[in-house]
Amino acid sequence: MSDTPKPLPRRDGLNGEFYEHCARGELRFQRCAGCQTWRHMPRYSCAECGSRDWTWEKSSGRGKLYSWTVSHRAFHPGFAGDVPYAVAIVELEEGPRIVSQIVDAKLDALRLDLPLEIVFEKVADDVTMPKFRIR
Amino acid sequence: MSLKDKACIVGIGETPNTRGPGRPVIDMVVDASLNAIADSGVKRSAIDGLIFSSSRYIFQESVAVHLGLKDLRYTSIIEIGGAAPVSTLQSAAMAVATGQANYVLIPFGCNGYSEARTSVRARPESQFYADNQMSQAVKNYLAPNGAFVPVQYYSWIANRHRLLYGTTQEEIAQIPLNSRANAQGNPRAYMRDRPLTMEAYLASPMISEPHRMFDCCLETDGAAALIVTTPERARDLKQRPVFVSGVAEGHPYPADDIMNRSDILDLGLTHIAHRAFEMAGATPADMDFAQIYDCFTYVALMQLEAAGFCKRGEARHFVMNGNIAIDGKLPVNTHGGLHSEGHVWGLNHIVEAVRQLRGTAHRQVKDCEIGAVTGWGDFGDGSIAILRR
Ligand SMILES: [Zn+2]
Repeated sequence: MSDTPKPLPRRDGLNGEFYEHCARGELRFQRCAGCQTWRHMPRYSCAECGSRDWTWEKSSGRGKLYSWTVSHRAFHPGFAGDVPYAVAIVELEEGPRIVSQIVDAKLDALRLDLPLEIVFEKVADDVTMPKFRIR
Repeated sequence: MSLKDKACIVGIGETPNTRGPGRPVIDMVVDASLNAIADSGVKRSAIDGLIFSSSRYIFQESVAVHLGLKDLRYTSIIEIGGAAPVSTLQSAAMAVATGQANYVLIPFGCNGYSEARTSVRARPESQFYADNQMSQAVKNYLAPNGAFVPVQYYSWIANRHRLLYGTTQEEIAQIPLNSRANAQGNPRAYMRDRPLTMEAYLASPMISEPHRMFDCCLETDGAAALIVTTPERARDLKQRPVFVSGVAEGHPYPADDIMNRSDILDLGLTHIAHRAFEMAGATPADMDFAQIYDCFTYVALMQLEAAGFCKRGEARHFVMNGNIAIDGKLPVNTHGGLHSEGHVWGLNHIVEAVRQLRGTAHRQVKDCEIGAVTGWGDFGDGSIAILRR
């Protein structure tokens, strides 16, 4: 087991706002004020209609497993104790997809469209990561 | 104006594919460039165009001064990773067809083993990655979840494809086994004299599913270079010219974000390969060979579909029964590819296509006249060129 910590996201700008909501236990995505499209990752304008107006809207936190890969190498010393581990793409009910991890599940339980729900995991004093469990 | 047959590749040059100790990249690039210039018969001082794939490893002014290019008229840098080398042919064709440059040098080199291999290179939080939008995705959303390297990013696409279409390990294995077979006897191939069996492939450790160790490309040190000019100028030169008959580049949408594409199986190549074929007045069935960018073997499998050699979901059948072997229906990666020859970001795929069309390849496809080369880079940008003799 390595003592190297896992890398953390930066907490400035729009990315910081995304993770601030997570720290409050809320999964929020930007939603376009022009065409109502939900989006992730955070951006300054809408890819669908070009509007630069948005609000942060709360996601149900429910989704399904869109794809994943099970990595058998750590690729970073912070993950040395985790191998083999799955890195998943989760599709939320509202549409956005997010890269995350599935907690409390055996790797051989993973399958396409597996129903999932959000859990928040505090990984540092000021960082909470959104993760998912089978629902 | 169509770029069809407006430009020819008239020179190729390389350094050996090695694994350390790495020579300075500029030194290898100069070697490969001088080899390409000598191969072409172009006077060094006549080179007036310089097109780079990425600015990460070498610097235009430095290459120019090392080669004594005193009258450069056109330079550009294509920043789409491993899709860039094939895409440079589009820029080079535009440059020579419109007279912005007469002789374009396209060099690339890197110490992919000595300096940049996955197990030793700097991590996303370091300075290694430029602070662009793609690295923002990596730093803020991928790396904190344990996704650091291309084999993981591309495996998200590959694994969904595999699960939807039921591709088996034995089918995936056709790509690396074929590449390794073609590398045997190729003195330039890092994996020459090291045949691969299905048993050894299946016993190789999983890296990131569905990619095993033998699904991952080599990490090597080396450089390659091309010289491009017009068909008129090519007549006075040493080599039989290889024409750029069709060329296109394409980008998945959004290119900086794999996970939120409406269809994650749509590659950069998916919607643009037909443009290159139409420009060339040819179809995938007309190709005498294909050099397919094989950073990871399942990615090569998906590109066979995206390029139009078969329908989505059918590559698993297409690659069976020796169809992609040197004497098969569509010989693929006839030099061994990035998997078994060396990793020069696919510029070596173009060099091999030129050798095939000159009739000087080590595993020569009989009487070949036309072939395709693809590129793949970053989060799935794509490129394709149709080359003919
Ligand atoms: Zn909108």
